[in-house]
Amino acid sequence: MKWLATLWVVVLIALHQDFWLWTNKTLVFGLLPIGMVYHACYAVVAALTMWMLVKVAWPKEFDELDQSSAEQGNRP
Amino acid sequence: MIPSIVVFIYLAIVLYIGVFAFRRSTGSRDDFFVASRSLGQWVFLLSLFGTNMTAFAILGSSGMAYQRGIGVLGLMASSSAIIIPLTIFFIGTRLWGLGKKFGHITQVQYFRDRWQDNHLGTLIFALTAIMLVPYIIIGVMGGGEVMETLSAYATYQTQADDSIVTTVHHYVSYELGSAVVALVVMSYVFFGGMRGTAWVNSFQTVLFLVFGAIAVYLISTKLGGFGGVMEKLAASKPSDQLLSRERISQAEFFSYMFIPLSAIMFPHIAIMCMTAEKVTHFKKTVIFYPICIAAIWVPCVYLGVVAAQLFPGLTPGEANGVIPLLLANYTEVWVAGILGAGIMACVMATDSQIMALTTMFTQDVYAHYITKSPDQKVEDRRQVWAGRTFVVAIAVVSWLIAWALHKQAGIFELAIRFAFSGFAALAPIMIAALFWKRSTALGIWIAVLWVAFAMTGSAWLHTMSQPLADALKPGPGTVQIFPALGDMFLRSRGGVTVYGFLPVMWITLICAALVVVVSLITKPPRAEIIAKYFPPKSSPAPASQPA
Repeated sequence: MKWLATLWVVVLIALHQDFWLWTNKTLVFGLLPIGMVYHACYAVVAALTMWMLVKVAWPKEFDELDQSSAEQGNRP
Repeated sequence: MIPSIVVFIYLAIVLYIGVFAFRRSTGSRDDFFVASRSLGQWVFLLSLFGTNMTAFAILGSSGMAYQRGIGVLGLMASSSAIIIPLTIFFIGTRLWGLGKKFGHITQVQYFRDRWQDNHLGTLIFALTAIMLVPYIIIGVMGGGEVMETLSAYATYQTQADDSIVTTVHHYVSYELGSAVVALVVMSYVFFGGMRGTAWVNSFQTVLFLVFGAIAVYLISTKLGGFGGVMEKLAASKPSDQLLSRERISQAEFFSYMFIPLSAIMFPHIAIMCMTAEKVTHFKKTVIFYPICIAAIWVPCVYLGVVAAQLFPGLTPGEANGVIPLLLANYTEVWVAGILGAGIMACVMATDSQIMALTTMFTQDVYAHYITKSPDQKVEDRRQVWAGRTFVVAIAVVSWLIAWALHKQAGIFELAIRFAFSGFAALAPIMIAALFWKRSTALGIWIAVLWVAFAMTGSAWLHTMSQPLADALKPGPGTVQIFPALGDMFLRSRGGVTVYGFLPVMWITLICAALVVVVSLITKPPRAEIIAKYFPPKSSPAPASQPA
């Protein structure tokens, strides 16, 4: 699963180079340039990608530090 | 007058937040410098984002969009929307873990201990401090300018020949405005430390997000929607290029992806990563960070392009003020005041840099070289007061520089541009420290010296080739700086490129190569250091104090 996630991150970084829209001046809904819409959507996909990484590749070794600090906090 | 009153109310609120944070403080070193590593997840997200949301990034992005079009969104924002969360995910969480385990507060403390080299730490401290100072000065300058602009009023005098002479006055002068901003920031950092800074940053981020949305709505209403402006822009040549990326080359667009690597090397971001109460707080931060970026940068870039149609012919310096210009022309005076406070919020992101520089000075110089009390309480008190003294010193010196060099603001703006590249080029050092056991002190020495040399060289090339850039027409056109070297060094209106790519790409790649090559030909680090920082997963390293 981690390999798939890594592959997707690489693909996403490559998708940032949207050379196919370079000279496209189409206005989406008559007011938003298409290159701008693409990169706004890109940010949303980046957020979804980070959500996926949190699910499949979270560095669990630090979770025990969370627990130890919680225990310290509970001490009288 | 009304806008300046609104801004003064805003300043009073942030001052109160600082005083409120002071009441919650325990007086310990960790409390002042990293808020006892206790920030909750929303404050952590908003303050981390707000820390990175400087006037240079916000006002600069709309100014750049005015000149180069909507491609600025991909260039500056959507690249950050993926790279910065990735670095926080992979590097920020590890820095947090090291801070918890070993008590590190700054990057330099970690580097010194990781490579067992005091002088290397001092070199990195000096380089990062030099790159951080211009941010603080620009913040104070920006504050003074915003205060002066918002308090402007005009008087009219009829001459003998019936002509009218208009004179612009200011209730608050630049000097007084910058002094007030420096004093307010100094006060809440002085009293509130990192907690005060984080709370104020969170407040500022919310303020900017809310008022930014209101600004876009009001300007749109006044214009009768943006559709008409965009259609006019699409019909006019060559301004229609702003609706695409024709004014940005593909090589520049690609190499700009390296710039967001700077985020994790910024001391204010790295130190902020140590403040989270739990590592799980990073989860929401990395997920919502790209959304916050889109929420801020999409309107800024869009308004920059809209302004190109409404106010054509502005110089690059004037273009950085297009958002205040739109507010002044398309909103009511009281709204402009509230939104001026929003702009002030992003100008005052300089607080994080003051806090970071204070933390670095106190931990990496004062505590490391000067004070060593066996009594932890005495030591904590000394460090906190050394930090507070340094806050006052930075604020006073920054104001004096902002006052004396008001007309030379361009020097500091240029320095910030190079600082972004410099911090990005240092990223391989952080990656080597965290992920590569075999990296050695000498490898890092050579890489850091390379970055310092290359940044100085880039700045020199940029300055000496400015007359070539001034002669270029708008667009992605370039000219050879040294014709004998062919396309090696090219100059565009945006800056210097090396074979068409931004220097930051080459400097970062060469920095990474130097770390690898020099480390491999020098003696490996000691086994106990490797065991400390790369423990087997089944046996976590024992907690200890930083070296």
